Amino acid sequence: MNNTELIKKGLAKRYRREKRFRAYGLMAVMVGFIFLAILLADIIGKAIPAFTQHWIKLEVSFDPDTLGIDEKSDEATIRDANFNAAVKKSIRSLFPEVKKRKDKRKLAAMLSTSAEYQIRDQFLADPEILGQTKTVWVLADDDVDTYYKTADKSKAVRLSDKQIAWADKLLADGLVKKRLNTTLFKNGDSREPEQAGIRGAIKGSFYTLLVTFLLSFPLGVATAVYLEEFAPKNRWVDLIEVNINNLAAVPSIVFGLLGLAVFINYFGLPRSAPLVGGLVLTLMTLPTIIIASRSAIKAVPPSIKEAALGIGASKTQMVFQHVLPLAMPGIFTGTIIGLAQALGETAPLLMIGMVAFIVDIPQGFTDSATVLPVQIYLWADSPERAFVARTSAAILALLVFLVVMNTLAVWLRKKFERRW
Amino acid sequence: MDANIKLKNELVDDTQTGLKTLQGNSTADMEQEIGATIGQQFVDKPKMQARNVDVFYGEKQAIFDVNMDFGEHEVVALIGPSGCGKTTFLRCLNRMNDTIPICKVTGDISLDGEDIHSKAMDPVLLRARVGMVFQKPNPFPKSVYDNVAYGARLHGLASNKAELDEIVTTSLQRAGLFDEVKDRLQEPGTGLSGGQQQRLCIARTIAVSPEVILMDEPASALDPIATAIIEELIDELRQNYTIAIVTHSMQQAARVSQRTAYFHLGKLVEIGETNQIFTNPQHELTENYITGRFG
Repeated sequence: MNNTELIKKGLAKRYRREKRFRAYGLMAVMVGFIFLAILLADIIGKAIPAFTQHWIKLEVSFDPDTLGIDEKSDEATIRDANFNAAVKKSIRSLFPEVKKRKDKRKLAAMLSTSAEYQIRDQFLADPEILGQTKTVWVLADDDVDTYYKTADKSKAVRLSDKQIAWADKLLADGLVKKRLNTTLFKNGDSREPEQAGIRGAIKGSFYTLLVTFLLSFPLGVATAVYLEEFAPKNRWVDLIEVNINNLAAVPSIVFGLLGLAVFINYFGLPRSAPLVGGLVLTLMTLPTIIIASRSAIKAVPPSIKEAALGIGASKTQMVFQHVLPLAMPGIFTGTIIGLAQALGETAPLLMIGMVAFIVDIPQGFTDSATVLPVQIYLWADSPERAFVARTSAAILALLVFLVVMNTLAVWLRKKFERRW
Repeated sequence: MDANIKLKNELVDDTQTGLKTLQGNSTADMEQEIGATIGQQFVDKPKMQARNVDVFYGEKQAIFDVNMDFGEHEVVALIGPSGCGKTTFLRCLNRMNDTIPICKVTGDISLDGEDIHSKAMDPVLLRARVGMVFQKPNPFPKSVYDNVAYGARLHGLASNKAELDEIVTTSLQRAGLFDEVKDRLQEPGTGLSGGQQQRLCIARTIAVSPEVILMDEPASALDPIATAIIEELIDELRQNYTIAIVTHSMQQAARVSQRTAYFHLGKLVEIGETNQIFTNPQHELTENYITGRFG
């Protein structure tokens, strides 16, 4: 048998192996896609109810006697006025047959507790309406909202039979309307699902990541440049290198403990603040950025460096005019991986108090805040059924945040990429 | 040492028998054969002088006691088998070896009588005065214009746009590239052909008006036509510059240089008028090399 025949004999086997390998690859991609699709479908399916809210139409009478105020009352008195009574009165007027105290309380509980603040704000905006009766749409309580949204009415709902009857009647009378849930994007956290929103968490995440980026990017790139281009090759530098690589593998909760001990207890920085969160996440992100930046810098061809030096560029000029611009795409990729990791991080933030129940929307780096993943964790832990949908909605918001961030990174990378 | 010689032999002689015979008579008496440098090491009007130059890579010595001059307006070719240290020696002349941490250069090298290793000599200034063209064309990933203008901008040689344009145009013209690229000065330099890229690199080097140009096998990656253009260019550049060129092509050395230096195993074996080296070599190793009998 000569060589040609030998090769021919093996060919079929080689091609079969190649085909099989391609099939495995395709299968792996498909499996990945299927899981991603299931995950997304599940999250989106669960999140959809959270994007709408039911409102109930009330005829509220701004009666001076009920409210306990008159024309001359100052703002403080108006703020303390009994708007709750006005709300209760108007819902009771829809169901005059309800007489028992217990039932009356249940009837009032069908409205969100935010109703009285809503009409208070309406009154404060226009005090002229004292004594008049106005049509007001107020939020339904989350249990009522959930009841309207549940297709299968036989499923266990947290409403009594009487409440179900009232809810059905309201719907039949056309006093209920479904609207887009803007509360979700306008409010901070709340114990009441119908008033809870993710704005506080989004802003918290934004501030925290901004601190992380502003600290970890320059620090990480400077470290990488120094280690790669300027550091002498000795045992100390080796030690630093080993430590940086090890830092990348430290469990994130340890960084949280470190942040608690150093930033909060020693330096006395405020608890639950995006500033401290950003500092802790910087510690966590730095090794990722340093390692990625170093390999990007290492990948710059030595011929370009020699060309720059050979023409009389100093080492610093070589680094800033040639090495860094060519390494930038790789550095951006590393940074975005690090920041995406930081965005999804929960554990270290628990340690520094960002898990606290914070209703106010943070206005700066030192205000108390929470972040999206922690918000998701908190809502997933809540017993109210309406929080199930809101948890999924928050996850979607986190994913959108991530996609926006990655898109920005890809765009930046394209902008800095140069043809070789 | 044995491994080195074996490697060099393989380059010349494929056949096993040839290799064996060469190994037999070369390894044993190699050390004695290289004596003191033969020939005309020094010139009347030296631009650069190298005295007692030794180079070490860590423990290993790569260059042994090299003494030679580079005269004004002359092209000196450095030839020799692979790994003989010609490139290492060339890189000593503008202190490019400083960038290799384990590399140590001893001895005196001077430019116009100034010691290039003295504290007063800044390596950045030195490299502006002693330019270098590398083996592989290495244009920056920038436009043709920016490639040539880079050095001038770096050293502040042009005070305005018109002056910079002038520098770029003349440099490209002298490198024989202007007519080919005048319509695409803003296109990336990396988009040119290999030969054009190398001429672009030469233009980039002469744009800073160096006094000496070091060329490390500038035509090794080019076809004969591009090589011919570069060789013509070297001959023209000689009017204004001192040129040291490392080459593997004996024909090229013969065509472009006035003097030729033959290196072997880190030692300068023989140096002299190019004509004389190629027609009447004094040293046996030189003769073996140029007649193609040895590596």
